[in-house]
Amino acid sequence: MMSIPLEHDYIGLAEASSSIERASDKLSSSSSSSTLCTEQNNSSSSSSNNNNNNKKACLDFKETELRLGLPGSKSPERKPTNGVSLFGKDIETSSKGYTLTPLKNIVSGAKRGFSDAIDGSSGTWGLSMNGKSEADLGKGPVLYSPRGGLDEKNKIIKEASVLPQSPKAVQEKKKNQLTASNEPTSASPAAKAQVVGWPPIRSFRKNTMASNLAKNNEEDAEGKPGSGCIYVKVSMDGAPYLRKVDLKTCSNYMELSSALEKMFSCFTIGQCGSNGLPGRDGLSESCLKDLLHGSEYVLTYEDKDGDWMLVGDVPWDMFTESCRRLRIMKGSEAIGLAPRAMEKCKNRN
Amino acid sequence: MESTRSLSFPDKVRERVFAHLTSPEDRSSVSLVCKSWYDAERLSRTRVSIRNCYSVSPEILVRRFPNIRGVSLKGKPRFSDFNLVPSDWGADVHAWLVAFADRCPLLEELSLKRMAVSDESLEFLAFSFPNFKVLSLLSCDGFTTDGLEAIATFCKNLTELDIQENGVEDRSGSWLSCFPERFTSLEVLNFSNLTSEVDFDALERLVSRCKSLKVLKVNRSVSLEQLQKLLVLAPQLVELGTGSFSLEFSAHQFAELESAFNNCKNIQSLSGLLDATVRYLPAIYPACANLTFLNLSYAAMQSDELDNLLMHCPHLQRLWVLDTVGDKGLEAVGSNCPLLEELRVFPADPFDEEIIQGVTEEGFLAVSFGCPRLHYVLYFCQQMTNAAVATIVQNCPDFTHFRLCIMNPGQPDYLTNEPMDEAFGAVVKTCTKLQRLSVSGLLTDLAFEYIGKHAKNLEVLSVAFAGSSDWGMQCVLEGCPKLSKLEIRDCPFGDAALLSGLEKYESMRSLWMSACNVTVDGCRLLATKMPRLNVEVIKDDESDDSQADKVYVYRTVAGPRRDSPPSVLAL
Repeated sequence: MMSIPLEHDYIGLAEASSSIERASDKLSSSSSSSTLCTEQNNSSSSSSNNNNNNKKACLDFKETELRLGLPGSKSPERKPTNGVSLFGKDIETSSKGYTLTPLKNIVSGAKRGFSDAIDGSSGTWGLSMNGKSEADLGKGPVLYSPRGGLDEKNKIIKEASVLPQSPKAVQEKKKNQLTASNEPTSASPAAKAQVVGWPPIRSFRKNTMASNLAKNNEEDAEGKPGSGCIYVKVSMDGAPYLRKVDLKTCSNYMELSSALEKMFSCFTIGQCGSNGLPGRDGLSESCLKDLLHGSEYVLTYEDKDGDWMLVGDVPWDMFTESCRRLRIMKGSEAIGLAPRAMEKCKNRN
Repeated sequence: MESTRSLSFPDKVRERVFAHLTSPEDRSSVSLVCKSWYDAERLSRTRVSIRNCYSVSPEILVRRFPNIRGVSLKGKPRFSDFNLVPSDWGADVHAWLVAFADRCPLLEELSLKRMAVSDESLEFLAFSFPNFKVLSLLSCDGFTTDGLEAIATFCKNLTELDIQENGVEDRSGSWLSCFPERFTSLEVLNFSNLTSEVDFDALERLVSRCKSLKVLKVNRSVSLEQLQKLLVLAPQLVELGTGSFSLEFSAHQFAELESAFNNCKNIQSLSGLLDATVRYLPAIYPACANLTFLNLSYAAMQSDELDNLLMHCPHLQRLWVLDTVGDKGLEAVGSNCPLLEELRVFPADPFDEEIIQGVTEEGFLAVSFGCPRLHYVLYFCQQMTNAAVATIVQNCPDFTHFRLCIMNPGQPDYLTNEPMDEAFGAVVKTCTKLQRLSVSGLLTDLAFEYIGKHAKNLEVLSVAFAGSSDWGMQCVLEGCPKLSKLEIRDCPFGDAALLSGLEKYESMRSLWMSACNVTVDGCRLLATKMPRLNVEVIKDDESDDSQADKVYVYRTVAGPRRDSPPSVLAL
């Protein structure tokens, strides 16, 4: 288990971070159900560090102005709504006028939550998506967010999250090495896109690769013969950024469902009341699968024709050929998509 | 003292002798001996290479070398490739063309890199030089395919048209149809940069009648099926760049393609392979026996595909790949390519926050173990360690070009969390032949101490997001005796560092510093003290006036520029 340094600072978000800290001080110490991340919750490690992170990660829902605007988080479903947690369980808006925005919750804490998720995971994280990739990322470095040049203080700001690690074996091996080192590390999604002219790649190459990718995604989604993999984007309502999954690594719907579950389980929010008290306990334990089957969410996909369809109706092969992207959609929006979805909503109510 | 009655060696003979001198360094030395040698050298010079178009004026050049046939010109600072230089910065080729047309109308070859080239210039060129043979445009911008039409139409003796990685406005592919039907001299045709569809019939006829065609690099619009036809027409090709390498092929078509490749016994270089699919890649295997250069940097291959391919390329010397091949793919490189001398690994998706993939130190290590002759590397990776680099250079001590890009700026050794100083220390200490170095990762002044102290042959150094203080840059400027180009971005080097190089800059080609701590006053001081340097400051709009956001310093005999745009302040 990696320890995470406490003195994190997002460049430009210092006020926000500190407001979190202030708020978290107000939180009660029983934060087990207030974790943002199930993995974190489940992990046996209960270092005080962890708890601190729990506290920090447990958002107080105070308006934090954390518009990180992560480049990856372009999910259109992301709209700030009052009192709705990630998984649709309502949270009361507090009388103090807190605006509950799932996005903000996730965003400000997600980096740690997410990292802890990977941390505590069994190392199978990302296997589904990296099935074909040989990238052995081992531990992941400490990444520094550049901000167009170092300021006079030469300060390097650390951000803590962990690169998803693909091969389990590698993780085991390197885990031992890592306990010696003290840094959790990770990719800061925001940092990458923001520096002009970095990494130093000519525009011609960038443009060609961009059009290559677009072309490949299109064709792969149609199951082009001979293609090595079929990566499709997966979005989940309320999650701050998207993932990609390689449909070739799954051979049926069950496997797909469990791959998605692994990918998105860390976005399962534990309930916090808007005043910071722990809410209903059950949800923090639940996983995506239950949610998918149980109530709130349906798994949908966009097919070749641009229509949004319910996943599961057609044979698997046909599905992989026509699936262009996936969306884990809130049940309420799925009404009209398919009778099954409607039924689910009815049952809930 | 020998009297002046000593044999006066006829000038003409001297010129004939000097005509055999090819190396620019030799010619330089020779020209310094005495006036008559200088004249003999300059009159017999046929090729000249200007590495900074502002270091000399066209008039000076043509006056000195009236008989040149081939010129190569480089313009903008290299960081313009990465959008750090305003588009109107300069380096317009037109004034040069005018001077050449006036004094050197027999000009045959022009190679331009990072120059601004307009359609008018291309037309002017096509009309002004009846013997024109070779045009190579790399990383230039400002022209459209209309300009290429002029070249194709009017350059009757053209042997080479090489359009690479330019900012060219691609209006249509009709330029290719402009080569006259009687035109047969083409030896090199590279239009892989362009995207518009060309008339395939015209291309086919062109290839068919140009029997000396050695290099053909087509663009994406040329399909696999069409490629097969071209190969049948030109089995003598030495360098081939394919277009799109995917299509629904029948077994018969595949066999035909394979057979076409089989007949190309002379192919040494292969590139393109856009969208290459596993299925059809085996078609190229028969042509791979003599392959020395393989450019897969636009083909997103996986490790096993690469492995299968490389098994057929035992003589490979240069390999460019995308990091989609992963460390495992690089292991395959190490196993299959013992003669490898150059490796470039480009990132497929450097800005994609969603997928983390790519290569690490493991891949580089694997290559270094299998390829002891490796001397040129360009490596974009996610992570690196000092220990790995130390081992790599132990395995391959002959590096001449070591360009390592750890993609997250300022990232330390991910295992020890230390700066990457020792890595580059190992590089400069072990690789005594090092000419070019690009550093990355978290670096303190110590790295630069090492570089200054040990990199005796270093000519080009690129630095980004590194260093702790002025001392770092000073070390480099006071060491590195052969330093010619220094390009720095986002480092904490200020005026003191800038001014520590006073003595040095005249022996260097250029210095670039952007997003550092240099002030306009510091630059002004430099300009005052060193009148033979041009000191230019490029202002960013929003910054405060005293900061010199971007500084470009270069030696020149042409005096200050007269064509700077408003954003460039010439001091």
